[in-house]
Amino acid sequence: MLLSLCIAFPALTAILVLLLPRAQETLVRWVALTGSLVTFVATLAVLALFRTGEAGFQLVENVPWIPSLGVQWHLGVDGISLFLVLLTSLLTVLCIVGSWSSIRERIKEYHFFFLILETGLIGVFLALDLFVFYVMWEVVLVPMFFLIGVWGGPRRVYATVKFFLFTMAGSVLMLIGILYVYFHTTDPATGRYTFDLIVATQQSQFPMAIQTWLFLAFALAFAIKVPLFPFHTWLPDAHTEAPTAGSVILAGVLLKMGTYGFLRFCLPMFPDATMAFVPLISVLAIIGILYGALMAMVQKDVKRLVAYSSVAHLGFVMLGTFALNLEGLSGSLLQQINHGISTGALFFLVGVIYDRRHTRLTSDYGGIAKVMPVYATLFMIVALSSVGLPGLNGFVGEFLILLGTFAANASYAVFGTAGIILAAVYLLWMYQRVFFGEITHEENRKLKDVTLREGLTIGVLVALAIWIGVYPDPFLARMQPSLDLVLSRFHETGLSQVVIP
Amino acid sequence: MTEPALYILLAPLAAFAVMIFFGKKLPRGGDWVSLFAIWSGLAVSLYLLAQVLFAYDPDFCETRSIEWLVWGDFRLAAGMLIDNMTVVMLVVVTLVSAVVHLYSVGYMRGDPRYTLFFAYLSFFSFSMLGLVLAENLILIYAFWELVGLSSYLLIGFWYEKDSAANAGKKAFITNRVGDAGMLIGILLVLSSLGTVSLHGIADGVAAGKLGGGLLTAVGICLFMGAVGKSAQFPLHVWLPDAMEGPTPVSALIHAATMVAAGVYLVARLFVILSFDASVVIAYVGGFTALFAATIAVAQNDIKRVLAYSTLSQLGYMVMALGAGAYTAGFFHLVTHAMFKACLFLGSGSVIHAMHHALQHTGSHADAQDLRNMGGLRRKMPLTFWTFLISTLALCGVPLMSGFLSKDSILAGTLAFASEHPAHWLLPVFGFAAAALTAFYMFRLVYLAFSGTFRMGADAERHLHESPSVMIVPLVILSTLCFFGFYTLPAFNPTTPEGGWFAHLLPTPARAYGVAHYAADLSHETVVPGEAFEQVAPHAEHSAHGSHAIHTIAMMISIFVAGLGILIASMGYYWNRISPALWQRRLGFVYRGMYRKWWIDEIYDVTVVWGTLGFTRVLTWFDLRVIDGLVDGSAWLTRQWSRLSGWFDLRGVDGFVNFTAWFVGIWGRFVRLFQGGQLQRYILYTLAGVGLVLILSVLQ
Repeated sequence: MLLSLCIAFPALTAILVLLLPRAQETLVRWVALTGSLVTFVATLAVLALFRTGEAGFQLVENVPWIPSLGVQWHLGVDGISLFLVLLTSLLTVLCIVGSWSSIRERIKEYHFFFLILETGLIGVFLALDLFVFYVMWEVVLVPMFFLIGVWGGPRRVYATVKFFLFTMAGSVLMLIGILYVYFHTTDPATGRYTFDLIVATQQSQFPMAIQTWLFLAFALAFAIKVPLFPFHTWLPDAHTEAPTAGSVILAGVLLKMGTYGFLRFCLPMFPDATMAFVPLISVLAIIGILYGALMAMVQKDVKRLVAYSSVAHLGFVMLGTFALNLEGLSGSLLQQINHGISTGALFFLVGVIYDRRHTRLTSDYGGIAKVMPVYATLFMIVALSSVGLPGLNGFVGEFLILLGTFAANASYAVFGTAGIILAAVYLLWMYQRVFFGEITHEENRKLKDVTLREGLTIGVLVALAIWIGVYPDPFLARMQPSLDLVLSRFHETGLSQVVIP
Repeated sequence: MTEPALYILLAPLAAFAVMIFFGKKLPRGGDWVSLFAIWSGLAVSLYLLAQVLFAYDPDFCETRSIEWLVWGDFRLAAGMLIDNMTVVMLVVVTLVSAVVHLYSVGYMRGDPRYTLFFAYLSFFSFSMLGLVLAENLILIYAFWELVGLSSYLLIGFWYEKDSAANAGKKAFITNRVGDAGMLIGILLVLSSLGTVSLHGIADGVAAGKLGGGLLTAVGICLFMGAVGKSAQFPLHVWLPDAMEGPTPVSALIHAATMVAAGVYLVARLFVILSFDASVVIAYVGGFTALFAATIAVAQNDIKRVLAYSTLSQLGYMVMALGAGAYTAGFFHLVTHAMFKACLFLGSGSVIHAMHHALQHTGSHADAQDLRNMGGLRRKMPLTFWTFLISTLALCGVPLMSGFLSKDSILAGTLAFASEHPAHWLLPVFGFAAAALTAFYMFRLVYLAFSGTFRMGADAERHLHESPSVMIVPLVILSTLCFFGFYTLPAFNPTTPEGGWFAHLLPTPARAYGVAHYAADLSHETVVPGEAFEQVAPHAEHSAHGSHAIHTIAMMISIFVAGLGILIASMGYYWNRISPALWQRRLGFVYRGMYRKWWIDEIYDVTVVWGTLGFTRVLTWFDLRVIDGLVDGSAWLTRQWSRLSGWFDLRGVDGFVNFTAWFVGIWGRFVRLFQGGQLQRYILYTLAGVGLVLILSVLQ
């Protein structure tokens, strides 16, 4: 019941929001906030009930939905999805708080879409039925399309259509893949075809050629979402044009649908194909790391810079996943959470100055550390966490990823470390241009420092960044059994059949 | 001993937290919080030192750790390691830091971010102490980066100045380059030995789990971190720029402690360095020592001279460790920390006074330029005397601390060269750098303190000695430049015969060498713990030879130092030699020294422009090629839909419309016959009947 509640509660709140009178803007905000808070508490309850050390799915719910098609309302949480769900519910709360003053139009619709988005995201991470998964996957797309298209910046229509079509193109192929898997999976209890993910994973013994095609069908959808080079160009546009909270949720959670997909579907179901694609995906990931970093270096728009930095960070995540060992996988999963925290916080921070000056160009700032000291401090901590400074979250993830990659293929890791250098270059350079030097624009002299609300929103994320950086064990301990399970499957089918060059 | 050490570590962290959140509300900006934390830490460190000295045990070692990260079979502990080296480092760090804290009370008075400055100092002290106490490489790396961060924050403390902000960024990024190498080294160690703890690594190497070319690679990769942090060639470029930071910071971080972290790391890794790696390290250090000294000769900014001198001295330490003079290299770290911190604080005192004087006369001249000084000895006697004492120590004049340490480094390299004659260049680097050191330091002293003041009598009236809060630190540090504090029971503490430093920090055996040695002799597995004890015969064997070499090295080093001082005196005191003339005569060489051998420019043209140019290509690629493909396929789709739209309109709809038109025409025609008027119908009927009749008649 608890997991269904986590999915249903935002949707119910969304409907409630629709029923409220349009003029009652504050009421709408409070209802949405309450709804998201309750959802957050529910996910915290999931965390509390989660038994550390168990690899399988927990809190499982399984009721028939469309029995004739073998569709089940099958939910469960394991070490892989646990923190992604928590991240989603936390970021949604923060996004609603963060939009309090920056969104002033169509408030009802905005919150409606945001809550539907949360439903879809949590659904994606909890679904254990391919049909439910696909439905949730597509549910996510619609509210995001409107969030960018209605509340976005000047080029919002181009950005949102690009985002939508890119993702759509990928998910159609995935649908074909899902259907193929469906027709090769029979429920042992009923003897019918079933969409059940656990059954599908157990029964998936496809020959190499089929695995390759299926892997490609799924991987394309996921690679676009991640985004893996060269499918990344929707991201800078979408991020730049989206409203602040939209960027936060887009970077913080939506991108993780792709990396999560690889972990949940590609690796366990098509292990041989995964092994075969390791070189290609690792190289693309490395290109992404360096390419994203180099592109970030020369962006004039801070938000675009952060967007390109996401490409680099997600490159690290992919590199770790395809190291196919425990270090790589744990680092990769932890780094997904870290990226949600750090990049989410970065987008909030950019939103703070955008709300005040309505520009994001670095050339419009300079020297504002003097007038906004608290803001500058928060920005510094978050930037450093993104750079991977020890003591903050990014370091733990990157270190584990590099360790795993190094064990798998040392040369990949060497290229990866180059990305660590570049991260320092682009973030510190941007920081210098925005915060250091003398104040060059008169209007910046009157900038107000962060308000209590903004400070709290970002402060929560900063606290998490420090916690993971100083003591990551509680997180890793919950993740690792499930990751071990993914890997154990690998040794069964993977290593025996594929000859490692 | 771990509890006191924990106190030393955590007190500055607590002070940092207090200062950040409440500092501004506290009286005096809360400076006393930071001061208390570090001075009490110093007291505890001295207590630990006393214990170590009384125990007088070379093998003293205590560890304490908690599990930090567990994944799979790996268990990564966060722990501290306290041995003799740690305790010595603790004393050095807390002592210099405490003195600098005190000095900053005077130097930073009136700064708008006074509280923040002390908070950063506390944070730095915490990170540096953590680095010293860390028991494994990953923890060392973590604190390594944190000291880098505090360095970044403190260099850019006056961030309104673009030069300061740039320097901070440059320091951070240059260090990151070295750190990336270090990280790869750590990954190599971890993946081949399964441990990163310092003892575990030594044991693993001693057991032969890591050797050959891979061990050399590990050594060089880890050394890259030291190259960055200790500013060795070619990653030295950040340190001179780092002088943009407040002078107390230069003294603490960029002279005495943080930049010595690289040396400390090399000393810690000494046991696992393969011969090849050691040689590389020795050459990098030796070259840096000479290279930086040549630049220091031609600089006019008082802090830059000292910065290049720091580079050069760090090179000495690194060279010593590479050449196997372990005790000497580490001892130089200690003595250098005292006299170089004193020199920087002295220069701060000078700049403080100059700044004050120039401001009063409304002059915009550079307060740090040696050419604007002169004759400061009369106005600032205490600064002068402390500065002179530490200069003598730096030059290695007998009876000063620097004499003891520098001398044994030079002896060490000479011994190394006599053992491996192919490496004769190393002692040449050493002695040449020693001569240049004596020259540029005395040039600095003469230009600043002797002769007459060069900015006019008006400004001179406003020159005065710094407040006692700044002078006391100078006196403390300069006192520690005398040999007496280090010397007993033997004259030189680094000699194996009775020197306490050599006794407490004996040169450890090379772990890999032990593995070979034992394997050759008995074909038995080596018990890791015993690895260290097997060096003794080798060390004793070379003891007699080293005594003679020591004497020779001492003679040469006194001679070259004297020569350097003599030439400086002739050029800048007695005016027997014209510096301007020699600058012209040296031509290209002088310009090279003055322009720092164009290293910054070379990096600009290659690395910086190369990267930026490449990003331009990538931007084009992103916009034109990838987005071009995306937008192109969108355009194609649109064209296709336009085509099908045309076909829809003209083809499909055309046919449909044609059909409709055709039917319509016919309908219209047929309608003519169906007007609804009976008369017409009758008419048509009659006409039809008539037509039938006519046809039948005709047939």
